[in-house]
Amino acid sequence: MTAPPRSAYGAPPQGGAPGGPAKPDPRLPLAAAPTPLQRSEGVWRTAWRRFKGDRVAMTSLVVVLAFIALIIAAATGAVASQWQRELAVPNAPPTFLGPRAGENTGTLAGPEATAQPPVDLSDIDPLAPRYAEWAERAAKLQTAETTKVDTLPLGADRLGRDVLDKAIKGTEISVFVGILAALLATVIGTVLGALAGFFGGKVGDFLEWLYNVFTAVPDILLIFAFAAVLGRGVDTVVLILALTGWTGLYRQVRAEFIKHSGREYVRAAEAIGASATSRMFRHILPNVSHVILVRMSLLVVGFIKSEVILSYLGLGVPIDQVSWGTMLAEAQGELILGHWWQLATATAFMAVFVTAFSLMADGWRDALDPKLRGAE
Amino acid sequence: MTALLSIQALQVAFRLGERGAKTVVPAVKGVSFDIPENTTLALVGESGSGKSVTAMSILNLLPDNAQRSGRILWQGRDLLTASRPELQALRGREIACVFQDPMSSLNPVFSIGAQLCEPLIKHLGMGRKAALARAEELLAETGLPEPKRRLAAYPHELSGGQQQRVMIAMALACEPKLLIADEPTTALDVTIQRQILELIARMKDKLRMSVLFISHDLGVVGEISDRVVVMRHGTVREQGDVAQIFSAPQDAYTRALLACRPSLTDTPARLTVIDEHITGGTTAGSAAPAAAKDPNAPVVLAVKSLAKSFFIKQGLFGKREFKAVQGVNFQLRRGHTLGVVGESGSGKTTMGLTLLRLHEPTGGEVIFDGQNLLTLNDRDRQLMRRRIQIVFQNPYASLNPRFTIGQTLIEPMAIHGIGADTAEREDRARALLAKVGLLPETFFKYPHEFSGGQRQRVAIARCLTLNPEVLVLDEAVSALDVSVQAQVLNLLRDLQDELGLAYVFISHDLAVVRFISDEVLVMKDGQVVEQASAAQILAAPQQDYTRRLLGAVPRGWQAPPDALAPP
Repeated sequence: MTAPPRSAYGAPPQGGAPGGPAKPDPRLPLAAAPTPLQRSEGVWRTAWRRFKGDRVAMTSLVVVLAFIALIIAAATGAVASQWQRELAVPNAPPTFLGPRAGENTGTLAGPEATAQPPVDLSDIDPLAPRYAEWAERAAKLQTAETTKVDTLPLGADRLGRDVLDKAIKGTEISVFVGILAALLATVIGTVLGALAGFFGGKVGDFLEWLYNVFTAVPDILLIFAFAAVLGRGVDTVVLILALTGWTGLYRQVRAEFIKHSGREYVRAAEAIGASATSRMFRHILPNVSHVILVRMSLLVVGFIKSEVILSYLGLGVPIDQVSWGTMLAEAQGELILGHWWQLATATAFMAVFVTAFSLMADGWRDALDPKLRGAE
Repeated sequence: MTALLSIQALQVAFRLGERGAKTVVPAVKGVSFDIPENTTLALVGESGSGKSVTAMSILNLLPDNAQRSGRILWQGRDLLTASRPELQALRGREIACVFQDPMSSLNPVFSIGAQLCEPLIKHLGMGRKAALARAEELLAETGLPEPKRRLAAYPHELSGGQQQRVMIAMALACEPKLLIADEPTTALDVTIQRQILELIARMKDKLRMSVLFISHDLGVVGEISDRVVVMRHGTVREQGDVAQIFSAPQDAYTRALLACRPSLTDTPARLTVIDEHITGGTTAGSAAPAAAKDPNAPVVLAVKSLAKSFFIKQGLFGKREFKAVQGVNFQLRRGHTLGVVGESGSGKTTMGLTLLRLHEPTGGEVIFDGQNLLTLNDRDRQLMRRRIQIVFQNPYASLNPRFTIGQTLIEPMAIHGIGADTAEREDRARALLAKVGLLPETFFKYPHEFSGGQRQRVAIARCLTLNPEVLVLDEAVSALDVSVQAQVLNLLRDLQDELGLAYVFISHDLAVVRFISDEVLVMKDGQVVEQASAAQILAAPQQDYTRRLLGAVPRGWQAPPDALAPP
């Protein structure tokens, strides 16, 4: 809104002066209102301007956006929808390595070898009269005999599925799990932390007790316990990670709220009659958002890794889906045979995304921190 | 007398900004003055005048992005070109520093003894035992009781004044030739300030050193210094002997600075504002004194034996009661101001917060318009909130940095349903901005774009959105520069005349309280020790404590040059 100048600039405030109309202040050019007022840039716009100035952050933002585009494409089926297709020979190496030499795949048991039995058994074979008929019917059946390729850009797994497609499809699941679980954990941690920090007392004691219970149990054990109860599936993984991962964020948000609830601007809000909810979420929350943001980005990174561990242990995503975790789990057996490309691809995808995401969150933190503002 | 230190055409600028968009912001633009031996030279100026930057550039204690030019001659040697080891040898040994906030200048994890011994061992090559013995002597010299026990104490176990004594003892450990004191008493109470000023003067005479004393307070400067340098916007406006500066100031800015400070002796209706004074505008100081207030105005706020206790956990189950406020009684009439004075820890702020129920009181009554505020239910309390409002001390902390000024002003109106819709509220907010002397553009700006004085005006406007009848001003002008302080005090006066507001004015500054108050409450350890009209308290204080407070107020330079004699 560019604020059309209002005639009321110079008008006495409605009911503001019980002692008669307000006298105009000589320090103020009351008549100078007609020029449209210039609006200051908002917090988010300032943050964006600062963010744009940070080259590392911008680069990582581009990388993250590229990943997100990839995920959307994968989710809508534009790419990698056929990741289950076995289009190469098992464990086909990446193209740049060239086809495997000296291994005549596919000719292990030729049909000619069995078609000519050494002894003619047609006399005693009760099915012998029907062989010709069956052969005829088999010939009528259309079988698409696909020629399996020898190499793929990033190789194939033991079933001959394209590793690149798998990695793209895996990105969809892994990042989805990481971000959704982090969001959920952030909401839980922020709300509980805000309550504990703002109100303290009995509420705080109870939430601290809850926190202690959750942190007293070793993380991985807690994850196992939840996994055992909730069964298998992507939604379960999200839930498990969120329910176990909120504790660190809770602690930090609680500390921030304790610090801020004593600040004068919050007291001033209380003095004008702002409700507790408004003070917690309208006043304090935006001022601690940078802390939450950083913590959330760490959670995303941590949860992506946790999902990998869960899938590796067989508690993660179901067998008919693929994630970076399942790829790494498969890679275990392949490595012994020297088929390293699945491991390398999954690792590279994960490393690039996780690094870019962390750097981007770092940039956001710097751009949003109210303490750094005005220091430019 | 030869110059111990001579600063010649010193320029300091700070490089700011990131790659690509670098800017150089000048902070000191060609400053020259000499510090003779055995002299106290005061650097006076408001915030942003470059006084601290000038002093810190002597030992190059500036951040890395500072660039200095000019000459700083220390006994003939140029310190600007001195190498790091050379400077390090000077630091603490020949030139020592004392900073504003003793709490943050002392390392909290080392004992006082360890910190005091460090310069002795490092610069004087003393052994551990000898250093400890010397440290004890130094503490005794600075007037700290039980110095031996203090050596083992940690900084948090000492009060602010004691910490500053330790800082001075550390600075003087190597008997430096020059002591740089950067606002050493600003964070302290008046009574403690007086003790520290006397200590610095005594040590100066004893060690025959020079002192570079940085302060914004002309009252303090007039008492302690021999020579005065007045700075503004990075340049020297005037320098000379203290008598000359105070009795016959040549520069308009110096004259304005001297005039805009409220004094203990006379009460003008308005304070002089620096810009007005310099441009030769209205000389408000000489205007007629404030119109007498109606002594029979209706009572808006009556407080009866108000009490607030905090409970401190002790042991596993026990708790100890700490009585922050007890037995406070007063009546406040419409359009009147009640000043509340006392040292830090006297419970004056707690009292103010308890009035608004920002602290739950432990006992007593606050009668507002016939209703006891303390027994109201939540709904009625919300209605009463409108009528009693508070302005806080620190204008940098009391506005939400994420809200525009417009949002800040509209929020209270939205909560209380003042104004029919947002457009009407916006109009009202703009009108209030005009009333407190801010430009209409302010509406869309964020707090960080404003100076302290402007922010305090916004805070006042926020209170006014609700048409309050009583304003609690908790050290509302203490964090502001003298000239800005004068503006805000004038504004408060005008608003009171216009809207008939009643103020509860909490301050440690007796001169300011004298200017604005009709009645004064003197508090000590949570209790009211004296209560009388402002003039009466200043003219004839009944209590010993009040007399001590008044006696400690720096009065500036007095005509006979025995300025340090107790008044």
